[in-house]
Amino acid sequence: MLGLSRNDFLMLLLVLFLVAAAPILLNPFPEGSSLAQFNAGYPDLMQRFLIFGIFAVGFNILFGLTGYLSFGHAAFLGAGSYAGVWMLKLLTINVIPAILMSTIVAGVFSLLIGYISLRRSGIYFSILTLAFAQMSFALASSVLQPITGGETGLQTNLNDPRILDGANTSGNIPAPSLFGFEMRESIQVPMGDWLWTFNVGYYVCAFVLLIAFYIAIRIFRSPFGMMLKAVKSNNERLSYTGINPRPYTLAAFVISGMYAGLAGGLMVAMDPLAGSERMQWTASGEVVLMTILGGVGTVLGPVIGAGIIKYFENIFSKINDNMLQSWFAFMPDGLESFMVAVVHPFVGKGWHLSLGLMFMLAIIFLPGGLIGGIDSVYRRIFKKRAQ
Amino acid sequence: MSSKNNLLNKPVTRRSVLKASAATATVMAAPMIIPSTAYGYANEPKGAAVTLGFNVPQSGAYADEGADELRAYELAVEHLNGGGDGGMMGTFSSKVLKGNGILGRKVEYVTGDTQTKPDAARASARSMIEKDGAIMITGGSSSGVAVAVQGLCQEAGVIFMAGLTHSNDTTGKDKKANGFRHFFNSYMSGAALAPILGDNYGKDRKAYHLTADYNWGYTTEEAVRTSTEAMGWETVAAVKTPLSQTDFSSYVAPVQASGADVLVLNHYGANMVNSLTSAVQFGLRGAQVNGKSLEIVVPLYSRLMAKGAGENVKGIFGSTNWHWSLTDEGSKAFVRSFGEKYGFPPSQAAHTCYVQTLLYADACERAGSHDPCAVAEALEGFEFDGLGNGPTLYRAEDHQCFKDVLVVKGKENPSSEFDLLEIVEVTPAAQVTYDASIFGGELGSCNSGA
Repeated sequence: MLGLSRNDFLMLLLVLFLVAAAPILLNPFPEGSSLAQFNAGYPDLMQRFLIFGIFAVGFNILFGLTGYLSFGHAAFLGAGSYAGVWMLKLLTINVIPAILMSTIVAGVFSLLIGYISLRRSGIYFSILTLAFAQMSFALASSVLQPITGGETGLQTNLNDPRILDGANTSGNIPAPSLFGFEMRESIQVPMGDWLWTFNVGYYVCAFVLLIAFYIAIRIFRSPFGMMLKAVKSNNERLSYTGINPRPYTLAAFVISGMYAGLAGGLMVAMDPLAGSERMQWTASGEVVLMTILGGVGTVLGPVIGAGIIKYFENIFSKINDNMLQSWFAFMPDGLESFMVAVVHPFVGKGWHLSLGLMFMLAIIFLPGGLIGGIDSVYRRIFKKRAQ
Repeated sequence: MSSKNNLLNKPVTRRSVLKASAATATVMAAPMIIPSTAYGYANEPKGAAVTLGFNVPQSGAYADEGADELRAYELAVEHLNGGGDGGMMGTFSSKVLKGNGILGRKVEYVTGDTQTKPDAARASARSMIEKDGAIMITGGSSSGVAVAVQGLCQEAGVIFMAGLTHSNDTTGKDKKANGFRHFFNSYMSGAALAPILGDNYGKDRKAYHLTADYNWGYTTEEAVRTSTEAMGWETVAAVKTPLSQTDFSSYVAPVQASGADVLVLNHYGANMVNSLTSAVQFGLRGAQVNGKSLEIVVPLYSRLMAKGAGENVKGIFGSTNWHWSLTDEGSKAFVRSFGEKYGFPPSQAAHTCYVQTLLYADACERAGSHDPCAVAEALEGFEFDGLGNGPTLYRAEDHQCFKDVLVVKGKENPSSEFDLLEIVEVTPAAQVTYDASIFGGELGSCNSGA
């Protein structure tokens, strides 16, 4: 179906189901309960799951298939974001031109950087991409300040031209919308003690993610994808057979750059601000972590990795000592303060520490990432049953 | 990939899962559906509690200020809920706050880390609004962040009570109808500082600026330049430094060779501590240039910075919004309750954040509602006293507070580890007041998120 094998089609359906039901699935704890802190079913975070999912899926097309480890993909995300905000400022508040332009600009930008960086492979390639990304970051936060807003970031304003939209008389900055449906609009459904929020922007992201995911599966299964895997397994052998691998790797680089730009465009469509730190090397490193955590070279892995990292960043970072005290309040006084002191370094601003530990555990015990881990568990059970 | 194939090899279980979920979905289709527009305004509190969002830097160059802001917020919440000694609620000229929360609702709060990055700050504020139902966002220790979060609050329809933000832009070019600032700004610093600098260093000086590379740095540099050039100073050079910079030696080295005899450090927080320390280590202080002794000026000062820079701040001029050594009743009450709770005096960042929280609560009480538009109306043109800065006006045209500005100097002989700044002059509000239209920008109209 849709040109996919049965298993791939089922996987697409699974993703469709998970994404469509996420506002329900991600809110497992009743409102007002002490565990409600761990609910992730609010628009901002759900949108982030999908957007970084797209980013990681695209990154995986390059890293997972060709083995070229780019350390500068955040530059394309950033370039896409700036292009998106400018479209929202100059052309129209409708998000479609913004998302398209983001993808195109990131594509052109990645063609330029890819053309140069792909002359080298291995660590040299990684360093080149890192250098380009840091250059873009430095330029965006200083010299290109009129275009990027520097460290203040680029925002939409009341007096932006928006030539397609006609005069704005509301006195308020218009919110990004899709033919009148504002991205921030939500429908809230109370269901007993639970509250589900279905957000317009989220479902726009979901639609884009499904398309991006579908394209990624098709690329993975195509002859082109096979060629990319050949590059990964042995680049030299490919050259000896008379095939020039560079057009293939460059195409993969540009495609993954466009995915990054698409993610950047969606980010500004959901929240019209682009800050330069989006291009910093930490952001590039983050997508590498997402891909490795989820499973390099698997179709679904990067999406899961993206979800886990964003969950840590947004949920664990917001746990403060006050909450810790209320959790351990049932304990005797001395033990309570002890527990708070023990847990404290891992939550709040220490969320990086818990993430780092988790990443280490995943790398040591699950070299194939989470998908690899689930797969091996599954296979073990399956084999036993066959016996 | 083979992993996928194996993983999804059991269509029977999958299909049953799908069926089951489809069935649940049908069952669940019954409940009432409330579009977000059905509320009177965004995050209208329904229960016995009201949630405020405290969004402060917990990492990065301004982390010290952020930590102190958080202490002040916790203290303010305690006082609003009737705990502690009530602090400045006793000295505040408006007497509607009774220590029973806001409009009878207990005040609760959530915290977040801005990381001093506009992107992260906005994400944090969004999750407070969407997930925790925060009705007001406050905090921030950077103008870049303040402008970004203020924009978000305007879009989302909640009130933004700016914390420590000193750029003209916050209530100038980027002002918003839902945003309010108690802290003073670059223009006021320049206007207050210039006469003192003229008296002490003379009117024919050559200045070299090092400026933090974001909106606060720009407006501070501009304000100091304009006001010092007006009295005859000359600006030799102005160099931008990245906010994330920690080593300023390469920026400090060229200063002496430029022929400048005053170094203006438009830096704040850890930036200022590092650049000032570099400058002193390079022997700039007191070096003889043009027959004059080279001086250093720090337009925006805080006690935390003075503490970080240690010996190096002695005799250096700057301006500040508030200082704990002030002797009015409000300041004394605040210093007392803050000191009792934490064991040291509050910083100016803590003061402005505490005051903003009280002002918000007071406006809600006077408006009789949490509706952002009603609160905004109650704050606009509000005149008050007893919060540590003397008589203060929340100007309606740009949502900026106008009050006296303190010109301070690093103390030569500190009597304690907190007694680091001495007040040189209290510049009256009239001298630093400007026309609301000079920075451009539009407030727009109030958004209640409905």
